[in-house]
Amino acid sequence: MMDEGTELSLTIAQIVQRLKATHLHSQIERQAKECLHRPEIQLESLKEDVRNFLKASGWERKLQNAVYRELHVQPLPSHPAAPPEHAKEPLAYMRKAQVNWEKRILKSLNSMCTELGVPLARKRPAVEQKELTNKWNEMGTDEPDLSRFRPVYAPKDFLEVLISLRNPNHDSSEEASAKSHWGLIQVPLHDRDIPQMREAYSELSLTTGQLGIDDHTHVPPDLFESEHTRIGKKVVNEQDSAAAQQYSRQGCPTGLRADLWALILNSTNEPEDVMHYEQLKAGVIHHDLLVDNLIYKDVKLTASNDDYYFVFEDFLYQVLLCFSRDTAVLEHFSYNSATPPKSYIQGKVGVEEFAVVYPPNGVIPFHGFSMYVAPLCFLYNEPSKLYSVFREMYVRYFFRLHSVSSSTSGIVSLCLQFERLLQTHLPQLFYHLREIGAQPLRIAFKWMVRAFSGYLSTDQLLLLWDRILGYDSLEIVAVLAAAVFAFRAENLMEVTSLTSAEVSVPRPQAGRLSPTHTHTGFHSGPWLLK
Amino acid sequence: SLFYQTAGYKGPYGYQKRREGDGRSCVRYKCGLTNTIQDVLRQRPGWMEVKDDGEWDFNWCDVGWLRENFDHSYMEEHVRICHFRNHYELTRKNLMVKNLKRYRKTLEREAGRIEASKCDFFPRTFELPSEYHLFVEEFKRSPGSTWIMKPVARSQGKGIFLFQKLKDIMDWKKVTPCGNDGSRSEEQRDETQVESYVAQRYIENPYLISGRKFDLRVYVLVTSYIPLKAWLYRDGFARFSSTRFSLTSIDDQYVHLTNVAVQKTAPDYDPEKGCKWQMQQLRRYLTARHGTETIEALFKDVDNIFVRSLQSVQKVIINDKHCFELYGYDILLDQDLKPWLIEVNASPSLTASSQEDYEMKCCLLEDTLHIVDMEGRLTGREKRVGGYDLMWNDGPVYREDVNLETLGSACFTANTHLGCVNDRKKQLRQLLKPFPGKKRI
Repeated sequence: MMDEGTELSLTIAQIVQRLKATHLHSQIERQAKECLHRPEIQLESLKEDVRNFLKASGWERKLQNAVYRELHVQPLPSHPAAPPEHAKEPLAYMRKAQVNWEKRILKSLNSMCTELGVPLARKRPAVEQKELTNKWNEMGTDEPDLSRFRPVYAPKDFLEVLISLRNPNHDSSEEASAKSHWGLIQVPLHDRDIPQMREAYSELSLTTGQLGIDDHTHVPPDLFESEHTRIGKKVVNEQDSAAAQQYSRQGCPTGLRADLWALILNSTNEPEDVMHYEQLKAGVIHHDLLVDNLIYKDVKLTASNDDYYFVFEDFLYQVLLCFSRDTAVLEHFSYNSATPPKSYIQGKVGVEEFAVVYPPNGVIPFHGFSMYVAPLCFLYNEPSKLYSVFREMYVRYFFRLHSVSSSTSGIVSLCLQFERLLQTHLPQLFYHLREIGAQPLRIAFKWMVRAFSGYLSTDQLLLLWDRILGYDSLEIVAVLAAAVFAFRAENLMEVTSLTSAEVSVPRPQAGRLSPTHTHTGFHSGPWLLK
Repeated sequence: SLFYQTAGYKGPYGYQKRREGDGRSCVRYKCGLTNTIQDVLRQRPGWMEVKDDGEWDFNWCDVGWLRENFDHSYMEEHVRICHFRNHYELTRKNLMVKNLKRYRKTLEREAGRIEASKCDFFPRTFELPSEYHLFVEEFKRSPGSTWIMKPVARSQGKGIFLFQKLKDIMDWKKVTPCGNDGSRSEEQRDETQVESYVAQRYIENPYLISGRKFDLRVYVLVTSYIPLKAWLYRDGFARFSSTRFSLTSIDDQYVHLTNVAVQKTAPDYDPEKGCKWQMQQLRRYLTARHGTETIEALFKDVDNIFVRSLQSVQKVIINDKHCFELYGYDILLDQDLKPWLIEVNASPSLTASSQEDYEMKCCLLEDTLHIVDMEGRLTGREKRVGGYDLMWNDGPVYREDVNLETLGSACFTANTHLGCVNDRKKQLRQLLKPFPGKKRI
C-alpha cells in the first residue's frame, strides 16, 4: 500500500507528464514569454508577476481545467508492482470475459468481411473521393445497398455475456434463499446502498432546487430557475470546469447547457481542434472502411427513424466516420477493460510489427451506437465542436456501457445495482416478473446501454446527462431504470408474459417516457434514496 | 333542450357566473368533416350528432357549406359555427396582402414609421395580373432574386412554382384582369372564375436545421373580431422539407415546399419517418443554440404577426357573434431569426399524420370546444383554457395581474406560451366544473 503522499506525487508527476505534450503547454509558455514586455512585470519579482499575469488573463484557469480533466480520465496510480492491465481492469475473471467477448466480435467481423468479399479497408479512387467531398454535408442522401451488412452485435447479445459471468472464487453453492440475488447478474460486486447514495447524491434531495422537476418540490420552481440561471451565467463567465460540474448536478438551463458541458468536458474548439477534425475528415475521404457501412446502417436504422433526431442524420455521419479514424481515442484503452482489435497485414499474422488496430480508433460500433451522438446534435452544430464533445463523452462514460468491467460506472455494476434496487424495494414485483419469465433486466438493459438515449424525450434525456456529468458517474442510469419500474409497478403486476411486460413499460417507438414518468422517476430516484 | 342550472355558483374568481342558465347539457351538432373533429365531437359528453336537415346548436362545417348556406340560415343566439362569413379576407393570399398593406398605411399615418414597420413581416407581394406592372418594377429593382408564384385560392401547395426570370411568367400578361372594372359583384369577385395569383419575394435565406428548411404551423383561435379576442395554442409543429435546401434546384418543389401534403408525394418520403418536430422540441433546440433571451424575442415577434394580421382585417370581417374560427398560421424563419408570415389557413388540416399528431389535434379541438363553451362553464375572465392562452382581449393580455400595485412596474410579459410545456390536463381539472350530469371525479 502506498501512503497518500507518494500517491499524490505520483499523480502529479503523471499529470505533468501528460500536459507537457499538449498544445496548452506551449501556449502558456508563449504567453509567459510574451508578457515579459509588459510594464507590470518587474525583474525583482519575476516569478510572482508572471504568475499573476497568467491568473488575470485566464490562462491559469485553463490550466486548472486541463488538470481537472486529467484527474477525471486517469486511472488512480496503483501499486508499483501491479501490471498495466490492472489499470484496465483489476479482476482477472472480468478481463478474461472481456477478451473472450472481443474474440467473438472480431470473428463475426472477419467472417462478414470474407462472406461479403468486402475488404476491411480500401483506398478510394480519385473520382469517388471527389464525389464524397462534394456530398460531405448531405451524406444522408446516399442510399447505398446495406442489406448485406448486419450489425456486429446488438445489446441483447452483450447481455447474454454478462449473464454468464461468474467469479471463480465465489462460492455459490449455498441453497437459493430469500437472501440470494434473484436477478440475472450473478457476480458479487460491491454497490452503494441507499443510505450511501443518499449522501452522495445529496443535491438530488427533494429539499434542494432542481431543474426538471415541477411537482412535489419544496422550492418553488420559478424562484429557483431564475436564481440558478443567474449562477449558471456566472459559472460560464468564470470558465471554471469544476464549478460547472458541481452546478450541473442541479440541471443546466437550456440556454447554457452547451457551454456548460463543453466546460465540464474541457472540450475546446481551438484551431488545433478544428485542424484535427479536418485531418480526420481527410482520412474519411481517402479511405473507405468496412465499419463505415456498419455506421451507415446503424444511423439509418436508429437515429433516422427517431422523431427527434432524424433531422441530424448528416451530422451523425460526419461525427461517426471521423471517430472511427481517430487514433487519439486509443489512449483511453489504458483504463478501459477492452482492448482494440488487432488485424495483421496479410501473411504476417501474429507478427507485432505488422499489427494494425482496426478500426483505427479501436471501437467497433454496435447496433444503436449512433444514439450516443444524436442528443448532442441538439446542442452543437459545428461539426468539430460536436465531435470534440462526443469524443470526450465517449472516453469518459460511454465506453463503460459496452465493456465488461468491475467499475462502479460499468454496465455490469449498473445492471447489478438496478436488480438490487428492485429486489430490495419492490420484491413483490420482481418476484412476479421472474415467475412469468420476464426478468426486469431484459427490459431495462437496452435503456441502460444507451444511457436512455432514444428512450426519453430530448429534454428529459439532457437533464439525465446533466447529472451523469455532474456526478461523474453512470450510476444514476441504474437508479432511473429502477424508478421507471417503480412508477409502472401497478401495471406490471398485472402482466402475464415478457411481451406484455415490454408493452407495459414505455417502448422506444413511442419515442420516450412521458415527462411525468421521468419527473417521477427522477423524483422517486431521490424518493428511493430517501 | 335542457337548461343547466347554475344558481348560486361562484366561478373561480368569486364572481357570479356570467352566463347563468345559458349552458346547455345537450348540444346538437353538425359536422361536415370526417377526421379528428368527428372523434372529438362524438366523444364530448352530452353532444349528439344531427343528420341532414335537423336543427343544430353547433356546426363544424367546411367553407363550401358556409358559402352556400350561411346567408340563408337563421341562427338562434346560442348557436355557434366554426367560420366567419368572410374569413377569406384573412386567408386568401391576395386579400390578406391587400388588407395588410392598407392597415400598414393607416398605421404609418396615425402612429408613424416605426409602428408601421411592425407590419413588415410579409415578403413583398403583388397580386397578378392586376398589379403586374408594379411587380415588374420591383422585380427589376432586385436582379437575381427569386420569386414564388402562388395561386390565390388553392391549398396544400398545389400550383405553386418558383422563378427567377420574367420570361417564366410572360403568359400572365395575357390573362384577362378580373374584378377591376367594378362590374362584378363582391360575391363574384371572391369566387374568382379566372385563377389569380400572387407573386411573392422568396425568402432565400431560410433558417436551416441540419441543412433542412422548415416552416411552423401555429394555431390561433378567434372568438370575436370586435372586440378582438384571440387565443394562442401552446402546441404546434415545425414541418421539415425531406431534402436539403439549395437554391440551385428551384425546380425541385420538394426542397422548397414544406407542406406535409407536398412532402407526401416526394419520392423518398417515408411515412414512417417523422418530418415534423413538436413546437416544444423546436423551441428547445433554438434556445439551446441561441440562448433564452434571443428566442424569447423571436417568439415575441411571432406574437406580433398574429396580432397585427388580425387587426388588419378587424374592420373588414363581418363580426357575427355566432362565429368563431380556428386558424392555422404558417410562419417561416430566416437566418437572422426574423419570422415571416407565409399564410393563414381557415381550415387547417385536422387529419392526423401519426399517433402523436392525432393526440395533439384532439387536444387542440377539445380545448377549442371548451373555449366556445356551449356548456356555459366558463366565466369569461379566464386567461388560460387547457393548451390555449388568451393572447389578445381588446388589448394585450399579460401574464401578470395588472392592478394598481403593478401598474407602475415596467415589466409586463405577454400571456403567450408558444412551444412551452402544455400541462393542459392539470389546468383543466382545476378550471372546469364537470359536465352537466356528471359528478366530479
